[in-house]
Amino acid sequence: MKLKRLWAMFTARNREFFRDRSAFGWNFIFPFLLVGGFALIFGGEGRKEYKVGIFPLAQEQLASASNGVPPRFLKTRHVEFIAFEDRETAFNKLLHHKIDFLLKAGSTPYQYWVSSTSPRGYFVERIFKSSLVSEAGDRLSDRREVKGREIRYIDWIFPGILAMNMMFSALWGVGYIVVRYRKNGVLKRLKATPLTSFEYLAAQTLSRIFLLMFTLVVVWVGCDLVFSFQVEGSYVDLFIVFFMGGVSLTSLGLLIASRGTSEEFTSGILNFITWPMMFLSEVWFSLEGSPQWIKLAAKIFPLTHMLTAARKVMNDGANLFDVVPELLSLAAMIVVFLLLGASLFSWRK
Amino acid sequence: MNKREHKNRHTILDVRHLVKTYGRFKAVDDISFSIREGICFGLLGPNGAGKTTSMEVMEGILKPTAGEIYYQGKQRDASFKEEIGIQFQQTSLLAFLSVAETLKTFQSFYRKRQELDSLVRKCHLEQLLKKPNDTLSGGQRQRLLLAIALINDPSLMFLDEPSTGLDPQARRNLWDLVENVKEEGKTIILTTHYMEEAQKLCDEIAIMDQGRIIAAGSPQGLIEQYCEGITVTLPGYDADFPEADFPLQFSRVNDVIEIYAKDVKICLQALMDFNVDIHDMTVRAPNLEDVFLKLTGKKLRA
Repeated sequence: MKLKRLWAMFTARNREFFRDRSAFGWNFIFPFLLVGGFALIFGGEGRKEYKVGIFPLAQEQLASASNGVPPRFLKTRHVEFIAFEDRETAFNKLLHHKIDFLLKAGSTPYQYWVSSTSPRGYFVERIFKSSLVSEAGDRLSDRREVKGREIRYIDWIFPGILAMNMMFSALWGVGYIVVRYRKNGVLKRLKATPLTSFEYLAAQTLSRIFLLMFTLVVVWVGCDLVFSFQVEGSYVDLFIVFFMGGVSLTSLGLLIASRGTSEEFTSGILNFITWPMMFLSEVWFSLEGSPQWIKLAAKIFPLTHMLTAARKVMNDGANLFDVVPELLSLAAMIVVFLLLGASLFSWRK
Repeated sequence: MNKREHKNRHTILDVRHLVKTYGRFKAVDDISFSIREGICFGLLGPNGAGKTTSMEVMEGILKPTAGEIYYQGKQRDASFKEEIGIQFQQTSLLAFLSVAETLKTFQSFYRKRQELDSLVRKCHLEQLLKKPNDTLSGGQRQRLLLAIALINDPSLMFLDEPSTGLDPQARRNLWDLVENVKEEGKTIILTTHYMEEAQKLCDEIAIMDQGRIIAAGSPQGLIEQYCEGITVTLPGYDADFPEADFPLQFSRVNDVIEIYAKDVKICLQALMDFNVDIHDMTVRAPNLEDVFLKLTGKKLRA
């Protein structure tokens, strides 16, 4: 192996990444947009879970004490109250599930409407009825609070967004590009030189890992300045976890790129892998309560192990020793993907 | 370099009974030839004749199904790639790199390197160094590809249809560059289906058809061997032609008459004897295309 040849390919690939402004911009802007969007939706008082329509009422009357709505109901958290001046508009919204519950202000007894098929309407109805019970009812229950630091939703979702971005960048940035280069003859041209397949693949891998980690740091710092993430564990440990994840995803990209010249087929394969990986790796939602076979299936994806380890470090303050199982899984995947990718690799169509 | 000097040179590449098959299809069917150092050797033939496959086997890009190839009298090994330069028929370059960066990248792959400044001058790339690869015109691109093929100062060069798709001016510029490379004593193996190109650049040629070599020799030798005589053409001839009595072989397609004769004098004499109007007459010496037509009955670009 000649380091000079490897370095030449490494720098050529990096230049391509930084000069391809559309891809470069997308790699940085996409995670910012996602994190910003989630902060907007879940930030501040949080998203209102339920929507209650009240008629006939003007919006400014909602704050008034004499608006004919039970005061205890109006104080319910996570419920958004929307005033409607006429009955017809309000009913239309309820029929189309734009609101979950409709109340006629000032009616005695209180008249309300819910859709019998809406689970959300059922819950709001229960909330409404409980708000009508006198305060004496409160004494029948004893409220206790969980002590300890709350994990904000944004702190939980952020590692997922970063990991997802790494996944797309690694798989498409290696898998798709190498297949395109095979199709248009660049690989054939390189094969005609003394450059070996090992040097070429190593340069591709190193370049992508460098770019993944560079993007990770820039996006992290940028988002942290805006959203102030809380990291319970060590930043170094977190970096190592993401690094191992990045290597495993890049190796998977090389395996996908080892054969084939059809960009459409490769695109299909990439989608076939990335979408299930994204949904089953708990990027967006927890698999808690899912059937055991789904949880087991999720373990075949490197993203699952990277994300589990990253959240343990970031949210629970775990150290590297605590995430050894995930790191070992990632290491095993790296070895398997690289060996398979290198043995299957073909320069030619 | 004259022909005697060529003949004294030793063999740089020896191809023996080369066969390349794809399933049941024989792309190259038992071809053998030797190429002497310092010459330009042309492989001619129509599309699908097996020229590019033969080239890629010689280059080491494809593995032969059977046969042997010797470089400098020895089997090719890993160092062969250090010794050769290749210009493929169709190839893309690394995206988002400038001409200078592309040259530097390829230069770093080799142990032996040609000095970049002189290479840039040789291939007339001085004004293009900062230009991105993907903005080059056809001629500029071919000059860059030739520079990449020369970057390790190779002793053996493979040029696969280097002028295909170029306008006449760019083609002639490229021929001048190849002539200069020849002057440096490098051996060139060239495929083309432009007969003018082969006649201008090649010292020896082999004509391929359906995977086989059907004729080989110097361009002039092949012409003399297969197409003696001249062709006289009378375009737009709508008057009576003494078809029954005319003493020479001829053909008539609509109003174009082509007469085949051993030399011009005999033809002119016959035309004057029969008072044929020779106002628009053209006389053409045979070329490689005639050789190919004679050998295969096909047009070269069929």
